Amino acid sequence: MSGSLDQLPRLLALVPYLLKRPGVPFATAAADFGITEDRLRKDLNLLWLCGLPGHYPGDLIEIEFEGDTITLSDAQGVDRPLRLTVDEALALVVALRTLAETPGLADPEPVLRALAKVEEAAGAAALPAARVQVALEGEGTVLPVVRDALERGQALHLTYWTAGRDETTDRDVDPVRLVTAEGQAYLEAWCRRAEGVRVFHLGRVEAVRVLDEPSRPPAGLPSRDLSQGLFQPAPEDTVVTLALEPGAAWVADFYPCDAVEELGDGRQVVTLRTSGTAWVRRLALSLGASGRVLSPPELAQQVREDARTALAAYSEQPST
Amino acid sequence: MAAKKTERLLNLVICLLATRRYLTVQQIREAVPGYDADNEEAFRRMFERDKEELRELGVPLETGSNSNWDDEVGYRIARRDYQLPELTFERDEAAALGLAARLWQSAPLAGATGSALLKLRAAGIETPEGATGLEPRIGATEPTFEDCLAAAVAGRRLRFGYRTAGRPGSEDRQVEPWGVVSWHGRWYLVGHDLVREAPRVFRLSRIVGSVQAEGEDGAVVRPPNLDLTAMVARMAGDQPRTPARVRVRSGSCWELRREATAVEPDGDGWEVVELRFSDPERFADRVAGYGADAVVLAPEEVRASVVRRLSALAEPEVAR
Repeated sequence: MSGSLDQLPRLLALVPYLLKRPGVPFATAAADFGITEDRLRKDLNLLWLCGLPGHYPGDLIEIEFEGDTITLSDAQGVDRPLRLTVDEALALVVALRTLAETPGLADPEPVLRALAKVEEAAGAAALPAARVQVALEGEGTVLPVVRDALERGQALHLTYWTAGRDETTDRDVDPVRLVTAEGQAYLEAWCRRAEGVRVFHLGRVEAVRVLDEPSRPPAGLPSRDLSQGLFQPAPEDTVVTLALEPGAAWVADFYPCDAVEELGDGRQVVTLRTSGTAWVRRLALSLGASGRVLSPPELAQQVREDARTALAAYSEQPST
Repeated sequence: MAAKKTERLLNLVICLLATRRYLTVQQIREAVPGYDADNEEAFRRMFERDKEELRELGVPLETGSNSNWDDEVGYRIARRDYQLPELTFERDEAAALGLAARLWQSAPLAGATGSALLKLRAAGIETPEGATGLEPRIGATEPTFEDCLAAAVAGRRLRFGYRTAGRPGSEDRQVEPWGVVSWHGRWYLVGHDLVREAPRVFRLSRIVGSVQAEGEDGAVVRPPNLDLTAMVARMAGDQPRTPARVRVRSGSCWELRREATAVEPDGDGWEVVELRFSDPERFADRVAGYGADAVVLAPEEVRASVVRRLSALAEPEVAR
């Protein structure tokens, strides 16, 4: 919402906004509307040219400036914001319902009260929101503890399972933020053990407790943009190429691939980058004949050896 | 939108809100500055475009005539339909709204969320910025998300190419959409498949190319009492029912242990876990991924599946 493209809806909101807040500073109003102060001035210069037919002085929208504050004294009838559109009502209603239905993400009681008010104010515009449903993976025991630590600025102790290495470790972390991505909840935190920022999948936290010491992540940690997914390949990662039979086509859907080459008949060759190859070994084992590691060759050899060792375990251990 | 046009449209809104009587186009032309006084045709075109733009913004333009004897159509805006009803939020409700608004950040509904928040701010509601480190997100990176959502909201039929896992190429589908659902981070379209004459669930990431909306708005009739999420969940996987016994190395296979109904020691450094699964092939995928750390003891069907996967991998490359 900058520029002049969305100017009319912005003006229709700006008039009642100013009417509710006599003497609001320029900076506050500009920030609330997500525009520059210069843009706000242009908006105001346009507003006071508008008013009732006739356009005599008393018919126009009246605005006074005092220092760096704004006071709007006559709205000429556009004193209330426009109703919510279907898209606007849908965005808010679906988001509030998701918050209320996801265990552990927020206290559901005020969320439900806010939802009821938005639905009532939106009226019929809120009805299509029933056509959109979002199931986020919440969780009732770990999530509230993590939230509590973030809200109070405390450090956490985690017992955490690392899927790639299949091991559980204990560590103290300084929470940075709680995010959800691909429907699951993650904690981004400074790990004192690894001395680096790590992303913890809350579904893999075996135990958690709030420590009696403040969270102190090192200053100046880069803020990462997680909108494109949590697993962002880095240039120094290992490049892995897999040949997939039709039954393993889901792999290309599931993991972020650099390249997907269709070989026809539903067969594919995919290329992906990863910082650790342990999970690729396990993926290859689970795919069996439907997937094959083409490169790097050491990884292909490792998978072969993993399979032989596992087969030996099966012949030693009869079924029951 | 040029400033001149914004000014004209704002004056038009103020004028039509102020009138109780329906105003004819000629009355509007005289009352609102900026309409061409000389060229009738240019004025008519301009007014048609203005009406269209106001309706797109959600301004409820009413058409009608002032009496039964008056056959010229006029315009007005009913205040009751135009304005957002009065509403107040408690502090905790506003905080919930602020958190909910962040859910769609960087998703296609971010714009609608932003303009909805502006209207609520204009109604006097202060939503706190709240830098609590809580950043739950609903992602929507599938390119067809917006078109599928729009068709579900408008109740229009959709046509698209769809790729089925394990089959080459794509097939043409015609669907009456009932809604869209985000489940485990992926978007699904739920609706009535017109070719198969049955309810179906489609994963948006498997839609090939773009989707075409067809037919009139509101043509799709939704069955009452739909539980969209339940339909997706049913398709995505059943409840685990079949019991299994797996011998696991101590300290490994955390994910299997977490689901275990019983864990018993079995010799030095090993335990036997009992758990339940739904799909034997998917369960075999999971267990095979643990290699020599997990050996299926029962059922025989899953054991054979795992051995088949491992055998395919254990052979040297040339033998496959």
